[in-house]
Amino acid sequence: MNLLTIDPQAIDWARAQFALTAIYHWLFVPLTLGLAVIMGIMETCYYRTGRQFWRTAARFWQRLFGINFAMGVATGLILEFEFGTNWSNYSWFVGDIFGAPLAIEGIVAFFMESTFVAVMYFGWDKVSRGFHLASTWLTGLGATISAWWILVANAWMQNPVGCEFNPNTVRNEMVSFLDVALSPFAVDKFCHTITSAWIIGAVFVVGVSAWYLLKKREDVRELALESMKIGAIVGLCASVLAAITGDESAYRVAKVQPMKLAAMEALYNGGEDVSLTGIAAVNPFSQPDYENEKEAPLRIAVPNGLSILATRTLHGYVPGVNNILNGYTRPDGTVEPSAEEKMERGRMAISALAAYRKAKTEGNEAEAAAQVKVLQDNFKYFGYGYIKDKSELVPYIPINFWAFRVMVGFGCLFILFFAIICYMVWKKQGIYAPLHIQEKFTGWKAKGMNWLLILAIILIPCAYIASESGWLVAEFGRQPWTIQDMLPVGASVSDISSGAVATTFFIFLFLFTAMLCVEINIMLKQIKKGPEL
Amino acid sequence: MTYEFLQQYWWFLISLLGALLVFLMFVQGGNTLIYTLGVNETEQRMLLNSTGRKWELTFTTLVTFGGAFFASFPLFYSTSFGGAYWLWMLILFTFVVQAVSYEFQHKRGNLVGARPFQWCLILNGIFGPLLIGGAVATFFEGSNFIVSKMNLTDGMQPVISSWANASHGLDALLCPWVLVLGFAVVFLTRILGLLYFMNNVEDENIRSRISVRLVGQTIPFLILFVAYVVHLMLKDGYAYDPASGIISIVPMKYFHNLVELWPLAILLVIGVILVLYGIIKTIISKTYIKGIWPVGIGTVITVLVLLLLAGWNNTAYYPSTADLQSSLTIQNSSSSEFTLRTMFYVSLLIPFVLGYIVYAWRAMDKKKITPEEVQQDEHLY
Repeated sequence: MNLLTIDPQAIDWARAQFALTAIYHWLFVPLTLGLAVIMGIMETCYYRTGRQFWRTAARFWQRLFGINFAMGVATGLILEFEFGTNWSNYSWFVGDIFGAPLAIEGIVAFFMESTFVAVMYFGWDKVSRGFHLASTWLTGLGATISAWWILVANAWMQNPVGCEFNPNTVRNEMVSFLDVALSPFAVDKFCHTITSAWIIGAVFVVGVSAWYLLKKREDVRELALESMKIGAIVGLCASVLAAITGDESAYRVAKVQPMKLAAMEALYNGGEDVSLTGIAAVNPFSQPDYENEKEAPLRIAVPNGLSILATRTLHGYVPGVNNILNGYTRPDGTVEPSAEEKMERGRMAISALAAYRKAKTEGNEAEAAAQVKVLQDNFKYFGYGYIKDKSELVPYIPINFWAFRVMVGFGCLFILFFAIICYMVWKKQGIYAPLHIQEKFTGWKAKGMNWLLILAIILIPCAYIASESGWLVAEFGRQPWTIQDMLPVGASVSDISSGAVATTFFIFLFLFTAMLCVEINIMLKQIKKGPEL
Repeated sequence: MTYEFLQQYWWFLISLLGALLVFLMFVQGGNTLIYTLGVNETEQRMLLNSTGRKWELTFTTLVTFGGAFFASFPLFYSTSFGGAYWLWMLILFTFVVQAVSYEFQHKRGNLVGARPFQWCLILNGIFGPLLIGGAVATFFEGSNFIVSKMNLTDGMQPVISSWANASHGLDALLCPWVLVLGFAVVFLTRILGLLYFMNNVEDENIRSRISVRLVGQTIPFLILFVAYVVHLMLKDGYAYDPASGIISIVPMKYFHNLVELWPLAILLVIGVILVLYGIIKTIISKTYIKGIWPVGIGTVITVLVLLLLAGWNNTAYYPSTADLQSSLTIQNSSSSEFTLRTMFYVSLLIPFVLGYIVYAWRAMDKKKITPEEVQQDEHLY
């Protein structure tokens, strides 16, 4: 049975368009989430002390927040509608579950954000200080709640829970809202993503402040030092939390998406006592020959590291790509079927669905009941029925492997970087030393300060690269699935020609890129200008 | 709560969101008037900052409208968005550029200057309401699509919804009645925009010009609106049998709906009277500046009634002109009972949400926008 004859180019363009929108969206949203915390802290300082400096500081960061905010809103709108425009089959097949978080996001979060953001920008002299402070925090809270619901939706695609397939409506239907909304996968995803967004906000604030110090801008020196202090404390907390939640996320991935973990690690052949790859010569431009290679060349690894990460035991069993494709037996004796067997059972499920619908139409209840039984027995592998070749089940390993290392590498660097600045704050050293002492800095001490400030600026783009790398790991790693094991991308798309989607892709590419260029330039000018003193 | 009640309840909420969206498109209507109503830069900045403080609410309502439709009637989301691809994409293009146009327009470092962003606001102001109005008109005029859930299993093409022609939604714009309703919405949003400025901007010169401009917008709106309502009352509609789900064509279906659901007829009359009252009083009175509220409430009521007529009383709210039985009804396109019930509990938050929006709106609009404010405020658009 040939189940999938959709133009592969249409699928690729639909994926490209969604990826384009999501990647652009994720350039703006983390800064919104991160800055919201920092400017909230600053305005709270103003509320408590009444000191004009904190009002100026809060307003300065709010202005940068505003320039960034509109782009996040614009790209977010497109993202939501693209589920319908480009993934219409998906929208029906799981809309009963997936639509709910999006609706709740709109009702609960977006209105909060959009109502109070206007008060935050324009209400300084129109509402009381208390109401304004509440508005600033509620803007950030709205953005954070919004992130919660969209990540619940995303987590559900990676780990579909709380639902059952209904053969009468030919779709999956929600049976437990709490399972969907509070799945451990969603909780981990939210915590990891939010803390990574705080890192971006912190790196941005510290980097901009460092630029002022490097330029020796005396007019904004206090703002730079205080902003850097708050940014570094937020950043240190966030980066440590991101490491902890990242570890937990990887553990969850190992449980429900073992192929993604195998791709992240370029683990072709698994087993017990598996080491964690630090680095290896995985060619970034081609899929490795995982069937014949024993392991990635020039691999440097931490002994038993992956077993600990994936199973929380020293000798735990971790399957590799070939194990997953060929089937394997876990230490507890349970057997994971091979890809071929899953594909066969998937086809049985799809055929049983067709037979069930036919029997129902003909009024043959006995046959319908028999086919439902076949469908239920094999539904776990329903999506595999659309897979033509088992190689489709292996995501593109180089992207997963390198994106994971970029994310983790920068994550570790951020912890170190923020720790150094916090240390300076605590010990009143370096840039936090009294001015008359700093004036005596010569040699390595003076150079060391400049070096740190330059690094702070360089880390701004690095934070974005790390964050987008996380997105790549999460989304490329689950290919070919739109919904893990349930629906592949090929069976999720709309019936639109590749030419139409390619056209809209390039229109969006042009619009987003043009708007990004304008935004960056405005942002730079605004930073150069500094706050209104 | 029965499944049927929940389906009807969610159609009500979708209709309410749609009605609120039409009202909040005063932002779009207002934007088309900024550069003709304001004769100098200060006046234009006052008007720009006036709609600029509300655009996020319109945007959010559009997003929530989409999200709520997805959650409650996923087959519509799948069929209309995936099928009428170009129609929805055009709507999205206009809204994307609008979102940044306020923030970027007058900022230092804007690489392309203010003019392109001003054009973006105007294009969104015209095409946003036109295309959204046109999309709403397809609830009555129908669209060219086919739905077959069995496609998921039958081999050649697993996509369940497909468009029956190659235009993917642009064909709707060839239907004159779609354009009539679309342009009626354009003029309505311009009326709302004018009334909003009247209330929100404290400048006598602008206010005196608004009274004159209001007449020019009201006449075409009334002609188009009355023409469409008469057409709607006379046209055939698609009805479905709740027991069998079979869809059939019924002459003057929407007129029958209005008669059988007579409270809606009363509401429609009240809505229209409120709209006319607000407009006429604003034109006549030199001191009346609160016309936005009766016209706004009247707009919400009128649009709400029209959308309820599209779906209630066993009516197919998204008729298929390609295959009668593919038409979407509240019954055949809704989410499961469990999901609708869950979302019902979530929807109980809506009064609270409306409450804080009203509170924040009042707090912000207590002080009107003045020339002094736009010349001094550092957060100026």
